[in-house]
Amino acid sequence: MNKNKRGGLSRYSQLLVPLIAILVLVIFNLIRDPSFFSVGLTANNNGDPVLQGNLISILNGASELVILSMGMTLVTAACGGQDISVGALAAIAGSVFVKVLKSGGSISPLLVLGGFLMCCAVAMVFGAFNGSLVAFFNIQPMIATLILFTCGRSIAYWINGGATPTVASPIINAIGSFIPGVPIPTPILIVLLMGGLFALLFRFTTLGLYIQSVGINQSAARLNGINAVGIKLLSFVILGVCCAVAGMIGVSRLGLINHETLLINIEMDAILAVAIGGNNLGGGKFKMIGSVLGAYAIQALTITLYAMKVPSTDVKAYKAVVIVLLVVMGSPVVKEAADRVTKRIRAARRSGTEKEAA
Amino acid sequence: MKEDIVLTMRGICKIFPGVMALNDVDFTLRKGEIHALMGENGAGKSTLIKVLTGVYPKDAGEIRVDGVEEAITIRSPQEAQNYGISTVYQEISLCPNLTVAENMFIGRTKGGTVNWKAMEKRAGELLDSLGIPARPRQQLSNCSLAVQQMVAIARAVDTDCKVLILDEPTSSLDDKEVEMLFRLMRDLKARGVGIIFVTHFLEQVYEVSDRITVLRNGELVGEFEVEKLPQVQLVAMMIGRELENLSVIKKENPSAAAKKEVRYEAKQLSSTESRPFDFYIGKGEVNGFTGLLGSGRSESVRAIFGADPVTGGEVTMEGKKVRITKPLDAMKNGIGYLPEDRKRDGIIADLSVRDNIILALQVLRGMGHPISRAKAEAFADEYIKALVIKTASTETPIGSLSGGNQQKVILARWLLTHPKYLILDEPTRGIDVGTKTEIQKLVLKLAEEGMSVTFISSEIEEMLRTCSRLIVMRDRNIVGELTGDELTQSHVMHTIAGGGGESE
Amino acid sequence: MEEKGKLRREPITDTQLLMTITVCIFIGMYILAILIWGGGFKKPQMLFDMLNDNAYLVIISCGLTIVMITGSIDISVGGVTALVAMVGVMILNGNLTLFNGLIAALGMGEGARIVFALLMSLLIGLAFGLVQGYLIAHLEIQPFIITLAGMFFARGMITIISVDPQKGPQNLMDILQKRIEMAWLGSPNKKGVVIPARMEIGVVIALVIVVLVYLLLRSTKLGRSFYAVGGNRQSALMLGVNVRRSRFMAHLLCGLLSGIAGFVFMMHTGAGNATNATAAEMNAIASSIIGGTLLTGGVGNVIGTFFGVLTLSTIKSIVTTSGLRDPWWQSITTGAMLCFFILLQSVVLMRKNKRKK
Repeated sequence: MNKNKRGGLSRYSQLLVPLIAILVLVIFNLIRDPSFFSVGLTANNNGDPVLQGNLISILNGASELVILSMGMTLVTAACGGQDISVGALAAIAGSVFVKVLKSGGSISPLLVLGGFLMCCAVAMVFGAFNGSLVAFFNIQPMIATLILFTCGRSIAYWINGGATPTVASPIINAIGSFIPGVPIPTPILIVLLMGGLFALLFRFTTLGLYIQSVGINQSAARLNGINAVGIKLLSFVILGVCCAVAGMIGVSRLGLINHETLLINIEMDAILAVAIGGNNLGGGKFKMIGSVLGAYAIQALTITLYAMKVPSTDVKAYKAVVIVLLVVMGSPVVKEAADRVTKRIRAARRSGTEKEAA
Repeated sequence: MKEDIVLTMRGICKIFPGVMALNDVDFTLRKGEIHALMGENGAGKSTLIKVLTGVYPKDAGEIRVDGVEEAITIRSPQEAQNYGISTVYQEISLCPNLTVAENMFIGRTKGGTVNWKAMEKRAGELLDSLGIPARPRQQLSNCSLAVQQMVAIARAVDTDCKVLILDEPTSSLDDKEVEMLFRLMRDLKARGVGIIFVTHFLEQVYEVSDRITVLRNGELVGEFEVEKLPQVQLVAMMIGRELENLSVIKKENPSAAAKKEVRYEAKQLSSTESRPFDFYIGKGEVNGFTGLLGSGRSESVRAIFGADPVTGGEVTMEGKKVRITKPLDAMKNGIGYLPEDRKRDGIIADLSVRDNIILALQVLRGMGHPISRAKAEAFADEYIKALVIKTASTETPIGSLSGGNQQKVILARWLLTHPKYLILDEPTRGIDVGTKTEIQKLVLKLAEEGMSVTFISSEIEEMLRTCSRLIVMRDRNIVGELTGDELTQSHVMHTIAGGGGESE
Repeated sequence: MEEKGKLRREPITDTQLLMTITVCIFIGMYILAILIWGGGFKKPQMLFDMLNDNAYLVIISCGLTIVMITGSIDISVGGVTALVAMVGVMILNGNLTLFNGLIAALGMGEGARIVFALLMSLLIGLAFGLVQGYLIAHLEIQPFIITLAGMFFARGMITIISVDPQKGPQNLMDILQKRIEMAWLGSPNKKGVVIPARMEIGVVIALVIVVLVYLLLRSTKLGRSFYAVGGNRQSALMLGVNVRRSRFMAHLLCGLLSGIAGFVFMMHTGAGNATNATAAEMNAIASSIIGGTLLTGGVGNVIGTFFGVLTLSTIKSIVTTSGLRDPWWQSITTGAMLCFFILLQSVVLMRKNKRKK
């Protein structure tokens, strides 16, 4: 398939598309309005100095998406399919988080920790449910997760007894916006933390190798002693944790759980991020950094459109156009055609120089 | 062109990077004959077929078919079909979800609608006339492989077919099915179809063929009439000079026939795919499972490795009782397994040569102990050098290597784990002769160093060259065990065929 | 011996098997509903209500079934339906000056707006099908991503065209919402007066489409090529099927059907709204799956899909009738039902394949 033997930089060629996308957006904004990039320190409601500006809102706003696309990358690579229930699962996790917070009298750090662990556990169980349908019953991930997609948000609603309770606490505020004294929005820090965790995971375990092996050739992976079923299951469980973290951030931002709107349609964006990041949606080799860049590109596009005063409901249409352009650019047929053209140009130039030499 | 000749190929050459796959090969097919195309793996049979069907463009030579004045160029299988050349591949290329009748007619009817009644009637007639036991309305995937193959043949014949190519059609069929297929082939022959029959089963060639063309190392050895070519001579021609190599290798092999201390022993081992069997292998011994494809030889070694779910039996490794139910158990006990189907079970195509080499060792070390990049690089370099693997770098995806080199990478993968017992299932299939001999020599060297090796090959010569003990299987049962003087080709053949009784 | 045994049994294809399961389960479920809850389920009007409400979903699902048979997917269908409904209502309202001018220029009456709404529906649907089909079949881009973009585009366009929800004019809606009354299927109300069963025109359209698509899939070369492509793309190519054209046509048809579905949706609701047909794509996928279509391709049938839609809406009716009025129960039972069908299919096919061995 991939016959490039150049090694070195070409290993990162899949990052070209998201990088170009980000670059184009940056240039576009520079021409349109250079002040787009201004970042300033302003005092927030509590009087703490915090960073503000479009760049910060891109980084901040993309947090949930980045975290979910990290998990989505693993599921895509291992199972050759996508989980469309991540938004619903995040809503469930958020509901559990709120439920736990509401169970005690006052919200203490310990309670928040307990809530987080609890929502992680629940999300992992649901992830394992999705994963076992995929791993044991060989059901396509999209079909398997359609179940939770259909009823997940209702389960979230049911957990809190059909209400949308609010939680107010400095701790929640610290998770959702700023830790007092730290000017960087906390979700960005959480993304860094998650990214660091994944980096450690790949550095100190063989998870990456196993997931790619299973995704490329399950039969061969199994005969080399890899527990393919377990790896698939594990990828879904990890995605479950990502959903829990994303759900917690989402809840903390607003200080309430709304089962219907929390991270709505984010599954589509997460899958998109994986695809824009140059990862094959059919599974196999992956680069998580590609998905992360893809996620930021999507968010940058959204914020750019907002900055251009495009109504939030209309953003989708413009996004669609950009997506199509991006995937057309990365499509195999177009790539091949481009290769042919460059080859012809090169050949022409060579024959030209030869003639000159003669 | 003479009246009864339907196809001539003259001076066909085909060059792959670094390999002369076909060198000046001639081939002639007459009307109403079954023409066997013989040669060892890598002799160029399939390349010739692919040139003829337009899968590969030829680099030199000319192809002529009956009814066309000038030499023709075939650019695609579709074009080949237009010239009346149809192919039935080993891997059946039909749609499993459609009915038998549809598979016979899809893509070649006129008009926009499907007339089911007429189509099924026509299909029924065709199936009946060819004696194929399938119903037109049956879903193809519900038919046995043999019947699927016959449906493919029926489709091919129903188009105006002058040349029918059967590429290893019998490799997954049992005796009765083969008989059914032969009846069909003779029937077609009577109708004047020229059939090119590619196979590696000698008996089958002598049963149905009229003529044999032998290839070796991409070159034409000759074309013969079956009656005038004794089987022994045919084998000699297929193997050629390698017979001399054989004696050289044998000398290097110490008299391993003597039973050494037992390394691995299984009693009544069975899996979902194999019947219970007893088996042992000594330290430093090379033994082999032989039998026709489908005789259960691969399934047996898969059971040893735990590749299929194990259903029963007792296993001891160096005298200690062990439980092997999945590949990882086997690996932990020092067993390595090079699978029969390299593409499906062996390589992880998109991963680099380096990752493919360290994979098994990595798994053995466990998830929490990754091999460092530098170390992996060192391992890869070491084995690329030791096994002379031709690759641009350790970073190259294994999928872009040639078959022989892919096989060496898989071999390196297992050697890196320093197994005590290595199972090699068809390690030399589809790779060039040079690599083949290298692998055989390597096997013997490893055995000398004390490793136990079980070797499987469809080529009996190869087995005789390397193994000191052969376990013969037929119909999924072990039917004999040959050692010492019994290790001759005719003896093995007789045992496989069921006529080896006189020696026991 | 194996062969003989096979020959005696009536051969049944995977498609037929899965479809039969769905139809049987639907009938069984409906009879059970009549026995347990009686009342509403006994009246034919219950069935017609389901059809009236879901006519558009039936049409979308037909399109999706075609696409899924080729082993592809289209998630833009819900968005296209909603967009078409919005455009249709605006034409009826005379909000789009282009059409007003056209109608005036041609000297036609207000009723002509309906014709133009229909034409625009077909056109928009075709346009989506055309572009998506081209990108998927000829540029070989993953269908999921392209049709996801299609969904975004359609949903975004709705609000670009009109931020405010629109409502169709009463006089034209009266024409569109004419119902076919069937006295012979009527049932008495509380006062003992027989109320005839009512069916909307959209249902007739939907039924006609089901029949047409059934015939297309069953007896045309194009239809069969969809199955071939979904069964094994490589083999289909070797068998002389024009794979690209088949995939393109499947998406084109799916787009066209979403357009028609949008018109039917507008006929039913008479409203244009950004939240129209929310999650219709997922409902349609669910219906197709319940109806025995495999996302892997090659297996499926619109008759099954039709019953899939009915099964889903019957479940919802049962849930409401049985007193679980809290809104979350509907989707939780739907999810459970989906889970049941998916597992059932997986097990049935697994067992079937094992037996073959």
